Amino acid sequence: MSVRETLQRWRYNYIPDHLIGEILTKRWTDSAIPFLALVITVAGFGTAINGFFKPASLSDSTRQLGEFSIVVTGLTIVMLGGGIDLSVGSIFALSAFAAVSSLFIFDLPVWVALLAAVSVGIAFGALNGFLIGYVRLRAFLTTLVTFIIGRAVYDILVVSFASQVQLSDVTSDLWDYIGDGTVFGIAISVIVAGVIALIAHVALTRSRPGWHILAVGGSRRSAHNAGIKVRQTVFMTYVISGICCGIAGFLFACRLSGAGPGTGLNLEIMALTAAVVGGNSLGGGRGSIVKGLMGAVIVLVMTNGLIRLGFGTGTNQMVLGLMLAVAVTLDIRWLKNRHKVLNEVYVAPIYQRMGETQSAEPNSGSPYALNNNLAQTHYIGLGELEGPEDVILDEEDNLYCGTRHGEIIRFFAPDYKRSEVFAHTGGFPLGLAFDKAGNLISCVGAMGLYSISPDRVVTKLTAETRRSWTSVVDDARLRDPNDCDVAPDGRIFFTDSTKRYDAHDWALDSIESRPTGRLLCYDPKTGKTTTLLDNYLYANGVCIAHGGQSLFFAESWACRVHRYWFDGPKAGQVECVIKDMPGYPDNINRASDGSYWMAWLGMRTPSYDLSLRHPSMRKRMTRRLPQDEWLFPNINTGGIVKFDETGKIVETLGDLSGISHPMVTSMREHKGALFVGGILNNRVGRLPLPNAKPDWTGIRSYWGGAK
Amino acid sequence: MTIRSVFSRLDQERIVLAIAVLVFIIASVTLNGFLTAANLVNIVRSVSVLGILAVGMAIVIIGRGIDLSAVAIMAMSVAWYLQMLGDGTSQAMALVITLAAVLAIGLANGFLVAYADVPPIFVTLASGAFVFGFVRSQLITQDAVPVPPQHWIELLGKTRWLGIPIEVFLFTAIVFVAFLFLRFTKWGRYVYYAGDNPMAARNLGIPVRPMLLLRYVISAFIAFTAGILTASSLLSINTRVVNSTLLYDIVLVAVIGGIGLSGGKGGMRNVIVGALLIGIMLNAMTILDIPNLYQNLIKSTILLVAIIIDGVLNPRDEQTAQQGDI
Repeated sequence: MSVRETLQRWRYNYIPDHLIGEILTKRWTDSAIPFLALVITVAGFGTAINGFFKPASLSDSTRQLGEFSIVVTGLTIVMLGGGIDLSVGSIFALSAFAAVSSLFIFDLPVWVALLAAVSVGIAFGALNGFLIGYVRLRAFLTTLVTFIIGRAVYDILVVSFASQVQLSDVTSDLWDYIGDGTVFGIAISVIVAGVIALIAHVALTRSRPGWHILAVGGSRRSAHNAGIKVRQTVFMTYVISGICCGIAGFLFACRLSGAGPGTGLNLEIMALTAAVVGGNSLGGGRGSIVKGLMGAVIVLVMTNGLIRLGFGTGTNQMVLGLMLAVAVTLDIRWLKNRHKVLNEVYVAPIYQRMGETQSAEPNSGSPYALNNNLAQTHYIGLGELEGPEDVILDEEDNLYCGTRHGEIIRFFAPDYKRSEVFAHTGGFPLGLAFDKAGNLISCVGAMGLYSISPDRVVTKLTAETRRSWTSVVDDARLRDPNDCDVAPDGRIFFTDSTKRYDAHDWALDSIESRPTGRLLCYDPKTGKTTTLLDNYLYANGVCIAHGGQSLFFAESWACRVHRYWFDGPKAGQVECVIKDMPGYPDNINRASDGSYWMAWLGMRTPSYDLSLRHPSMRKRMTRRLPQDEWLFPNINTGGIVKFDETGKIVETLGDLSGISHPMVTSMREHKGALFVGGILNNRVGRLPLPNAKPDWTGIRSYWGGAK
Repeated sequence: MTIRSVFSRLDQERIVLAIAVLVFIIASVTLNGFLTAANLVNIVRSVSVLGILAVGMAIVIIGRGIDLSAVAIMAMSVAWYLQMLGDGTSQAMALVITLAAVLAIGLANGFLVAYADVPPIFVTLASGAFVFGFVRSQLITQDAVPVPPQHWIELLGKTRWLGIPIEVFLFTAIVFVAFLFLRFTKWGRYVYYAGDNPMAARNLGIPVRPMLLLRYVISAFIAFTAGILTASSLLSINTRVVNSTLLYDIVLVAVIGGIGLSGGKGGMRNVIVGALLIGIMLNAMTILDIPNLYQNLIKSTILLVAIIIDGVLNPRDEQTAQQGDI
């Protein structure tokens, strides 16, 4: 191995590049930028302003923060539902006025003042909600207009009644306590804000109405099609926002015991900036209460800080405008390009050196030398099938295979001309096996392990295993269950090919060449799934050996076959029985003479083997070229290999014409014939085997003669 | 003619025109001093600045956008211009700098809308706040900036032709030019196509994004012109106008005249009809001595009714509406 290759191996195999992509798939990365902004803002102003963190200085700002964050919480809920509420400033001011006038003019108890403030909020929110939810007006303009109306009403009221409020001699201890008091040193408004935020957070993340809001914001039409009452949900978000503004207005009134011309001025642009800076998406569906709160702190610290640093009139608006523009632009660009960035950085190739292999050239004299036998197959279901990854036959000789459309098709013996949809599983049914009771067990790609009873009832057996401690992306979920087989005691052994890619991106796993495949076991007695072996390079076909104590499984991209003992004296041991094959192995199945059939889904090529030794080249390729032009492993020619118990190659079948079976992913021997499936083929092939036992069937080999 | 066909011929523009005529007749009969030549000139004069601003807004709205920064650009560009003149910058220099700044803001608006795909409402809300805040805090010293004595702006304000103030003619001229642009030039027709269905327009090969830039630049320059006229009649520019309801009056003129906010509809006729109705109403309310605060309430209520009617008559097209288009 040259120095270059050693360095490349160290660089690409020991530095975990793939974690960047995995971390980017996490939703919490959305919050990372606002959180960073929060830290920088607080630290920046904390150092620039003397005594910023002194209790006296904090006390007034935190009360203000309490009120403001309640408003922001309401606005966040509206935005999550796909709307916007610019009238918050007016509702806030009107509610504050309602509270003040209830107490000081009409001399009513404090709780009536609170009720008055909240009622104003509800009424105003209901108006907005009705117009936007039920009349379906544009949220922005409608709330802009209701904002002006509210402001006009408020200005009229203040001019008419402000003097009465000021001349009033009503006092209330409770009122003053709410305004100035603390509980355990925390201002009342902050406690109220915390409680409201907590309720809102729990409601949004863990309750049906909250999910409905997120669903409507995420996709209005889909939410409607799913039976969610879209208009009512939209209506409710504005009412909630109104209530929040009402409570905030009440707290403000208690703090200042009055309402003047400046009350709630510019609150809408502040709250909007806060919600967006925190990372809540315009257009809805993506965001959280916590993000809103982070934004609220950033905006308030910034505006208050600028005032205390002595910047003049207009600075606030300049900064708010700038923050809003930057945040909205970043948010929209991020939302638009996130998946592109993810696509670019997700594939993180590693160094992989394939071993020297023997030739597969016809007549080369090596055991892998391909013949042309597969070109002579008869076709079954030509043009009716798409993607029969695996095929299997039952005791009545009927043929079963999965299709790309998530169906399992049954062809009827003896001529296999008639077919029917045996069952619909969804996903992409891959590996098939019969258990003792005659249930058809299938590894359904992208879904999990399923069982289909003879009367066609589809049951999920398992879709998850135990999560590993070091995983970033949850690897408990089975991403690409590929092949399965049933042990004599009923345990089902199956493979999950990769933790990094979904089933349809299986070829990308080869470009990355990172071993993440697993061998798993599902025990029907306990219903538990355990991970037996991990970190194989695309674990694929599984076959229980004739002895019933061990199994063979294929490691596709490494061109190896391993044997794992699950019973007997060597239980738990694993050994490599075949290595450095010239083809990529797929499913393995029993043969009638006590050996095993194994499919090659493709053949190795010198160019691709070379590229595996150049991870930097593969990385550049995935970043700079469109996917259509990437160098992929060759999966256009394949073959079938027969090997015996010791791993010695007995026979190799090929299709030199490339017409009948360009790729083979599975084959099944049944009564003197071999049935051949391929995941990219549009047919199943049937190849007579003159030397095979004419009455041998897989089911009898597994479960004995009588059934 | 059946009743049904009468109603089917009633689009918003005709309704508004009918209401304007009705209000005009009622005001003429009931209000003293309404139907005089001086007052009528007054009406047109009072709406000319509003109308000019509405022309810019109309062009943007027809292209399925909105420009909430118009008033900020109008007030702050002129305020800075006057401040520079007051500080002794040469005439030509001050004008060039101001025009460059106006162009820059228009381009920035257009760029964010066209190339960053940010909804125009947010872009212009943010840019309006920024323009106001930046000019107010960094460039000028007081809320109101006076016009220097004997400056051409002052002379402009005193110009009369046939006894009618010059801004009326300017309003007419701008409306006429905008009409020619929208109706008879290739790029003017593109505004409609892009507003009606941006994706289809783009597929046709229309340069949708550069066109967006152009519209916001036009809007910014029209706002600057309106600001100069305001300064010429008041002999100063008060930057507090940014926080007033003027912006909503502009939207009101456009929407009430029948220019659908969903884009692709309307023209200069609608601006004239909307401006006349608003002018007549404002004038009547002033003659009736309704306080400014109540006028605001009445205007905003009318605007609400107008957008409700607009929403019912021009329901949003869910097929071409984008996510985040709120």
